[in-house]
Amino acid sequence: MKLPFTILFEKRMEDVPKWLPAATSIGSVLIAFLISGIILKLIGGQPLRVAGFFFDATFGSWAAISDTLVKATPLIMVGLACTVAFKMKLWNIGAEGQFYIGAFAASLVVLIPMVPLDSPRIVIIGLMIIMGMIGGAVWGFIPGLLKGKFGVNEIITTLMLNYIAILWNNFWIFNKWSDAGFQMTPPFEKNAWLPRLADYAREFRAFSGITLHLGVVIALVATVVVWWVLERSRWGYEIKLTGDNKEAARYAGINIVRNVILVMMFSGALAGLAGMSEISGVVHRLQERISPGYGFTGIIVAWLAKLNPFAVVLVSILFGALIVAGREIQPSGLAQLLQGIILFMVISSDVLLRYKIRIIRLQSPAAGEVEVA
Amino acid sequence: MNLEIILHAGLATGTILLFAAIGEVFAERAGVLNLGVEGMMLLGAMAGFSTSLSTGNVWLGLLAAIIAGGILSLAHGLVTIHFQADQVVSGLSLTFLGTGLALVLGEGLTGKNPPLVPSLDIPGLSAIPFVGPVFFTDHSLLVYVGYLFVPLAWYYIFHTRPGLHLRAVGEKPDAADTMGVSVYGLRYLYVFVGGCLAGLAGATISLSVSPGWYSVQTTSGQGWIAVGLVIFAQWDPLRAALGAYLFGALRRGILDLQGPATLLGMTNPLYINSNYGFFLQMTPYVLTIIALVIGSRQAARKRLGAPAALGLPYIRGERGL
Repeated sequence: MKLPFTILFEKRMEDVPKWLPAATSIGSVLIAFLISGIILKLIGGQPLRVAGFFFDATFGSWAAISDTLVKATPLIMVGLACTVAFKMKLWNIGAEGQFYIGAFAASLVVLIPMVPLDSPRIVIIGLMIIMGMIGGAVWGFIPGLLKGKFGVNEIITTLMLNYIAILWNNFWIFNKWSDAGFQMTPPFEKNAWLPRLADYAREFRAFSGITLHLGVVIALVATVVVWWVLERSRWGYEIKLTGDNKEAARYAGINIVRNVILVMMFSGALAGLAGMSEISGVVHRLQERISPGYGFTGIIVAWLAKLNPFAVVLVSILFGALIVAGREIQPSGLAQLLQGIILFMVISSDVLLRYKIRIIRLQSPAAGEVEVA
Repeated sequence: MNLEIILHAGLATGTILLFAAIGEVFAERAGVLNLGVEGMMLLGAMAGFSTSLSTGNVWLGLLAAIIAGGILSLAHGLVTIHFQADQVVSGLSLTFLGTGLALVLGEGLTGKNPPLVPSLDIPGLSAIPFVGPVFFTDHSLLVYVGYLFVPLAWYYIFHTRPGLHLRAVGEKPDAADTMGVSVYGLRYLYVFVGGCLAGLAGATISLSVSPGWYSVQTTSGQGWIAVGLVIFAQWDPLRAALGAYLFGALRRGILDLQGPATLLGMTNPLYINSNYGFFLQMTPYVLTIIALVIGSRQAARKRLGAPAALGLPYIRGERGL
């Protein structure tokens, strides 16, 4: 069969237009929704009803928006964790494990307890934040050291450490700190809870039942810090240079081994912070399944945001909505399927950033050039 | 704690890792890293299970698993070979995609009982003392397929002309291209082969070794362990098979530690407090990390490494795509 036109890919010589990366990301999400809808239709579902339900459950009311933001909060921090590591082309797939160990370490403050439990809230919360970050950093240090010193593939080690972290967590909540034999610790003292808007319902009636907590502020602060580190600090420059061109970085005298370890620790600390925020702001105890795969969703978030810290916040809100809706939508794997398709569309669409696509009509080659992108 | 039983079980569970790991050896030898093994395995496990259930024919189930894994892998092929996307990220998204698809399509399969792959004894060989009961008695047919497959894969990769082309495409694609070997074609082919084998590995779980559909728990990270094994095996099917069987046996042996009330004349702490079992469950993952460290150090010492073009897209001259 001979087509009346031919499609040519030409390497982009000039800079990519500023709007194009954002446009490909948004387009990818829309196409992914469309494909998921088609799959849902094929297996006998009702895509439009699901879509309507999706909107109501995620942005339909103040309470729904608050739910979405509560789910977006850990995603922002985990997304930042992945962003930092990916900038250096370190594939930290272990944010999930770092999240769990962060939550575990933060819980120690209350469970041991490390300070008297009637201490001021700011002391307990502050200590929990520090412990959460240390926990995550330790869990990032292990693969960082193995990668830096022995060249061990960090993808596999971080992944294996995820399973180990979850089992480690389970050991403690099934055993020493089990609440009357249940797979969870007793609830934390109120002093260890991050303040929620609902706590101020007496002063502002509108806040009643709104579960949005201070973690979202912590996440936004982390966003600014990560942006500053990556875009304004010398270390951030080293990270980006190493990610772009390792050999050039080596010649420039950058200590790559040290940076591999430090970046993995920084990344782990951000994921650990997410774990702390989740148990202190939402669950209020250490238990099983505190994360519905935030660590993995964070990978998609970072990639969809093109490793831009502020875009991470926006993308996290979308994925927070996906998680909120995913809890109730049947079949239950749909949200995960959608995530997979979105990520595939994003990386496929990257080809548009590197190449121009021309469609050329064969009959009148000179006249009929249509530029697509 | 019976060595015969542990080795027997190790061969059965090792067969899962064997298929997946050798499939990944093919893909990586051709220069394409596919981290989507877990997703392809899960989709294969689901496709095999549900096809065997609906048709009542386990062979159709295996075929469906192989095709499902293969087709899913082509998505990775398209994105990494033609669109030159990052292989790491594409592999990760393949895992998400495969897992999501398997969960959506696998709704309601839990607790069903499809026909399974039959187990059999090999006449004659099963009578050999020790070797017979361990290797040739009451194994799933797939275990025997595994025995035959390993040397064939090794011979194919290192001693045949197509095997030479396969390695050339992964080591020096530009030279292979100059010699008239189709780099894109072969990369697609071996990514597909890898996907088919991952699908078969999935069905080995759901239709043979631990039959059933338990959503994500069906594979529980074995796809990732297989990817780690490939590095340990230094891209050699024989070493991959050895690693897979060893891994299976160690895993079973360690779980068996919980059984006896006394170990070496002392009370067994694992028997008294079952919570220590969480640490036993960590061992496959810890072992994978240790195997990786050993593999990486050996590779560094012997200067044996990954295929030179592993992870790099091939762009021919100025033609772009």
